[in-house]
Amino acid sequence: MTRVFADLHLRVNPKDQQAAQQLIDKSAKFGYRLISIPFTSGMRQDELANLKSICTKVGVDFVSRADFHPRTENDLTYFLRKFRRQFEIISISCDDKEVARQAAKDRRVDLLNFFSLDYHKRFFDRAEAELASCSLAALEVDIKPLLILEGPPRVRLLMSLRREVALAREFKVPIVISSGIAEERLMRSPRDMASLGYLLGLDEASTLDAVSTNPAAIVANNREKLSSRFVAPGISVVKEGKVL
Amino acid sequence: MKRVKRRYLAVQLESENLPTEREFIDAVWATVTKLYGEVGASLTGLALIDFNVESKVAVIRVSLAALDMVRASLASITHIVGGEAAVHVLAVSGTLKALYSNAK
Repeated sequence: MTRVFADLHLRVNPKDQQAAQQLIDKSAKFGYRLISIPFTSGMRQDELANLKSICTKVGVDFVSRADFHPRTENDLTYFLRKFRRQFEIISISCDDKEVARQAAKDRRVDLLNFFSLDYHKRFFDRAEAELASCSLAALEVDIKPLLILEGPPRVRLLMSLRREVALAREFKVPIVISSGIAEERLMRSPRDMASLGYLLGLDEASTLDAVSTNPAAIVANNREKLSSRFVAPGISVVKEGKVL
Repeated sequence: MKRVKRRYLAVQLESENLPTEREFIDAVWATVTKLYGEVGASLTGLALIDFNVESKVAVIRVSLAALDMVRASLASITHIVGGEAAVHVLAVSGTLKALYSNAK
């Protein structure tokens, strides 16, 4: 069966149409079928619609995504209440322990992203993994820092990522590998991106799942939930009857 | 002695400048060494088989056991001879004949 490859974290500036077009064209050329560009507070609806139309033209499925960097737990719950029904993917960037714990517990969160290079601010430990395994959150790993860092900072990051990935596997938390890039030169084909998963201690099948099966499953699941026919998990409206 | 199994990789170089054969393979060696150290690099059995300057397509040979290491290293290349660069794997095969027919 052909894999559907996804890159759920392309950080395109929607105001730079040419760069966005180039990046989307290149993702289509590399064989990505699902791509996602995070919605930022400055992004207008027409820009989002424009990105969607560019994706449709090149035969790539656009996934709407919102990234949030909450300072407090209340911030997080407010954001989820406001935006969960509007986006297909909700990613929470965590650099605070309480926020990370709350995000891992909350079933409305899809992706947990630990962007900090300082290992003191990466909170994906056993407790976090256990909480995430009980909810639906997946661990998102961006490959951009692995490409741009060199020397000791990259070694430290690899050390943290290997530990986090091992914990995620132990607690059966899905892992999603995304690019996290904004420049075309850093874009890699899905299989090349998957090969970087080998540096994190993943085997071939798991690393390919991290760029295909896992992100595609999250998108499919959320699309089903956001559809008007959805009632509850496993229950959907098939046909509406006549009111007597 | 057990026969060493090998794999051939066709790779597409995407770069600002045009490196020579020597500069290209040196960049690959440098990246493998940076990621896995000298001992790790020595296990890869890396060799440049062909480098087409016009199309910027190269064929490299690696040992099967080190294929994942080399693929990860190729993906992490961002600079070659001072210019920005990226290396994309086009095809992997066990024989050169199959590699060339796959790449066509």
